[in-house]
Amino acid sequence: MRKMRHIFWLTLILTNMVTAAELNIEITQGVDNPIPIAVVPFSWEGTSALSEDVAAVVSADLQQVGEFRALPPGNMLSMPDEAAEVFFRDWRILAQDYLLVGKITHSPGSQLVQVQYEFFDVAREQKLIGEVLTGSVDQLRDIAHEISNVVFEQVTGIRGAFSTEILYVSAQFVSPELTYFRIEKADYDGHRSQVLVESQEPLMSPAWSPDGRQIAYLSFETNLPRIYIQEIATGERRQITDFPGINSSPVWSPDGTKLAMVLSKDGSPDVYVMDLMTNQLTRLTDHPRAETEPSWTADSRSVLFTSDRTGQPQIYQVGITGGFPERLTFDCFYCSKGRFLPDGKNLVHVRRDTREDNSYSIAIFNIETQRVITLTDTSLDESPSVAPNGSMIMFATKVNGRGILDAVSIDGRVKFRLPSAQGDVREPSWSPFLN
Amino acid sequence: MGTHSMKFFRTTILALSIMGVAACSSSGDEDMMEAPAAADTSGIDATTAAAQRAEQERLAREREAQQRMEAAALNTTVFYFDFDVSEFMASDRDVLAIHGRNLAANSSRRIRLEGHADERGTREYNLALGERRANSIRDYLVVNGASLSQIETVSYGEERPANTGQSEASYRLNRRVEIK
Repeated sequence: MRKMRHIFWLTLILTNMVTAAELNIEITQGVDNPIPIAVVPFSWEGTSALSEDVAAVVSADLQQVGEFRALPPGNMLSMPDEAAEVFFRDWRILAQDYLLVGKITHSPGSQLVQVQYEFFDVAREQKLIGEVLTGSVDQLRDIAHEISNVVFEQVTGIRGAFSTEILYVSAQFVSPELTYFRIEKADYDGHRSQVLVESQEPLMSPAWSPDGRQIAYLSFETNLPRIYIQEIATGERRQITDFPGINSSPVWSPDGTKLAMVLSKDGSPDVYVMDLMTNQLTRLTDHPRAETEPSWTADSRSVLFTSDRTGQPQIYQVGITGGFPERLTFDCFYCSKGRFLPDGKNLVHVRRDTREDNSYSIAIFNIETQRVITLTDTSLDESPSVAPNGSMIMFATKVNGRGILDAVSIDGRVKFRLPSAQGDVREPSWSPFLN
Repeated sequence: MGTHSMKFFRTTILALSIMGVAACSSSGDEDMMEAPAAADTSGIDATTAAAQRAEQERLAREREAQQRMEAAALNTTVFYFDFDVSEFMASDRDVLAIHGRNLAANSSRRIRLEGHADERGTREYNLALGERRANSIRDYLVVNGASLSQIETVSYGEERPANTGQSEASYRLNRRVEIK
């Protein structure tokens, strides 16, 4: 019942689709020994073709995160659609570890469809889980992502993030005088993109509210950088800052009560926290150099920020009740845009090791072991955003002069890319869990 | 490089056109000089008058040169910065001083300083860099007599590049402050 409600809710926000920069996913690097899984094409009792191939969407989901390799349907020896038709020998011969089968039927007495799926462990000849999900034909993609979530969690023990979405900024250059800036929202895999905000002045820093219903961003539409909050479903929005100088980098606290931001009204950029109930501002940093790029710790009790108070940008942490900031990074020429993985120990950041290497990469610094892992090999990487299950990081980079979105697993083994069909895309922001 | 050489070109045209005006007016002076020279009988008076005229012409030329330089300076509205540096270049000091004095002399004039960074590094930090560059110029204008109330500063960070290339030459054109 919970899932059904979720699927119905999604209909409401997806009805008003606007043409947006279409992103097409490419897997650029997978693991060496992916888990073999057979996802049998789901049977359909109807006569007209369905708009989505549920099994294909599930296969794509599982392969994108790199842990799995899906068996091509052409290699299958049988095409079961329910447990009674499954002969495990057919799948052992093909060296498959897992098997997913399913069927789609009309929901009795309505226009809805029912998707029944069953998931098996081939070696143990055991059904691990089976469910029936009901929704409209338009929601087959959502249903497929939900099945991927269940399969992923069954195998890895980690909650799947296939029903999540991303925000990003696109810039479409028309002429030296005219560029269209847009904030767009899409499924995590780049499908079903829609425009939420459009302007001929720059848009920056899209951020999700923790409940996934609102976004905050920076717009130059008044020719000055100001922060706005917008309801996703209704498009209703309001300007929430109008201070002299920079107003930037809005980020919701995980508990949803506060918005961290950067204001330069007192002379130089400093980090402030606004209480969203009272609109009261608290100043977290007070330094004549630049303090910017706030991000919250999971407990909503402290904020990470970038400061160049020692000359070059480094990452610091300060409690929201104030106090002296603690410096977290030391051994880099340029370390910025820090944010913790859900474990609160591994710090994702943008890193330039030395002045000479002139390359900006996405890296993880473990604040306990002091170990640094550089995850990327492109040179203009920025804006890392972590999936809510902590498994992947999406970031912006440039390839052949164009802005694209890349994703990398936190161990660096898996990479996929979301190049835009047109224009530059940048500043990805991965949603919280939406279901 | 494109923008930089264009700026130089524009400045040259302006200087030439002012010189053109100067040439016209000096040929007019010659016409006027001929009549009194023909009627003149006193060699001493003529010498004194000629010396005075020469002195006036010299002062006029100096004024013109000064005006020419000020016009060229006021026409220079883009200032470039070194990598990771927020102080303007020493070579721009004289031009900026002229801007500052012009603002002081025209108290109703308002300007906007737009600071920019190149695309390297993170966007929000680059927003801070752009503001710092705009402030560095604002402060020098104020030192030269401009009032803070005449100047609005805004940073676009790396969002409005002048050149979209990925070379150091492109980056150099993007690290800038524009007077608008």
